[in-house]
Amino acid sequence: MIDTLVSIILRAVLILALAPVGMMYLTWLERKVIARIQDRIGPNRVGPYGLLQPLADGIKMLTKEDTIPDGADRFCHFLAPVLVVVPSLILFALLPFGPRWVAAPLTTGLLFFVAVGSVGTLALFAAAWGSRNKFALLGAARSAAQLIAYEVPMVLSLAAVPMVTGSLNLVQIVRAQGNGWFLWTPWGAAGFMLVMTAGLAEVNRTPFDLAEAESEIIGGFHTEYSGMKFAMFYMAEFLSMLALSLLLSILFLGGWQNGGMVGLIALAAKAFLLVFVMIWIRGTWPRFRIDQLMGFAWKVLIPLALADLAAAALWVLMPGWKGSVLSALLLAAVFLGMTQLWLRPVPRLTTHWLEEER
Amino acid sequence: MSDRLTYLFLGCFTLAAVAVPAMPIILARFVAPKKPGPIKNQVYECGMETEGDAWIQFRIQYYVFAILFVVFDVEALFLFPWAVVFRSLGLAGLAAMGLFLLVLLVGLIYAWQEGMLEWE
Repeated sequence: MIDTLVSIILRAVLILALAPVGMMYLTWLERKVIARIQDRIGPNRVGPYGLLQPLADGIKMLTKEDTIPDGADRFCHFLAPVLVVVPSLILFALLPFGPRWVAAPLTTGLLFFVAVGSVGTLALFAAAWGSRNKFALLGAARSAAQLIAYEVPMVLSLAAVPMVTGSLNLVQIVRAQGNGWFLWTPWGAAGFMLVMTAGLAEVNRTPFDLAEAESEIIGGFHTEYSGMKFAMFYMAEFLSMLALSLLLSILFLGGWQNGGMVGLIALAAKAFLLVFVMIWIRGTWPRFRIDQLMGFAWKVLIPLALADLAAAALWVLMPGWKGSVLSALLLAAVFLGMTQLWLRPVPRLTTHWLEEER
Repeated sequence: MSDRLTYLFLGCFTLAAVAVPAMPIILARFVAPKKPGPIKNQVYECGMETEGDAWIQFRIQYYVFAILFVVFDVEALFLFPWAVVFRSLGLAGLAAMGLFLLVLLVGLIYAWQEGMLEWE
């Protein structure tokens, strides 16, 4: 009894202490990588290779004035940055880092992960509502519409995993990949791409960062935030990004596989690679336009996610190469069909000056 | 650990997790300078004087998408338990869920045809 209590407290403290440190070094990594992409050096003054930069940033944020605009809902303004971090911390309690290294081994782990992962948007809305700022509310409304649109393909394509493994437990899902990663199956490859794309939208990363969009709505929901409260929004974003990468490596990239320290390092390497890809995407791709964003989710990703479910069913019911080839063909057909249908150039609106010339 | 104990742990963990963001914010309240002013405390609007209130009504389009979302989210609720027992259900289970998904797909196509998916 005492033993389990101690181990439970130890796990909780470990996660709560390590997650912020991990987030700090993710900001360092992102700044370094983005700098290299943009032909700069990045932080290199504080400590060797700028490794102490996150600490300096923390101290700076702590000593910055916290401005709250007049007429704002002060309680809401304080509550939002707290509530945005909590769900992303819970995600780490759900993720397994080894066969036995998991703080909360739920039988419904995957479903619970998805449920907790989408709570953050409520906090973003609270932030915008509490600020009583027009740009903030625009950003929050966009973020809500975006989450609503991308939640659907994410959940649909995640449902393909329990169809094959017969379990929602994340440890069981890793065990089911003993004979090969799900990434190498047709439905797994499509599911990985879908979850990665929808996940980027869920954590508000480029090219789906319309909720912040500093060039159009000046930072969106965090327009009125400064100092430590502002830092909390960044913490939530980076933590969710890390959690998403870990989830993707567990679901599709085989997780730790052999267990032990080697397995943990393998899992970390896979997650790190995915984080790097996300930063790379941020460094190279421009932002979506809002109508493109909504159209992409509803017209391309949702049909593809439904096709992915059918492909997983085919793969399970027809073992051997036949099922693989058929499901791959189905996915390719739906992908080409949807993208070619949607990308077909259609003059949607005649611009008003063209109208006048006629 | 049984599932019930795990949920208890998650509840306690959530309470403990509140301290992680709340502590630095409260600490900053003692450390950070405080110099509010009538102009500084105005709602930010690109340096112009603030015009009107931000707490206004939203565009109807957001609600249209929200309704579509509810349909698909409820579907996901049915999908997950089905997916777990998919292998033992066999072809009958596949046919039942296929029919269910087909109805939803028809709904999506209808919404698409009606132009509900166009953002203007």
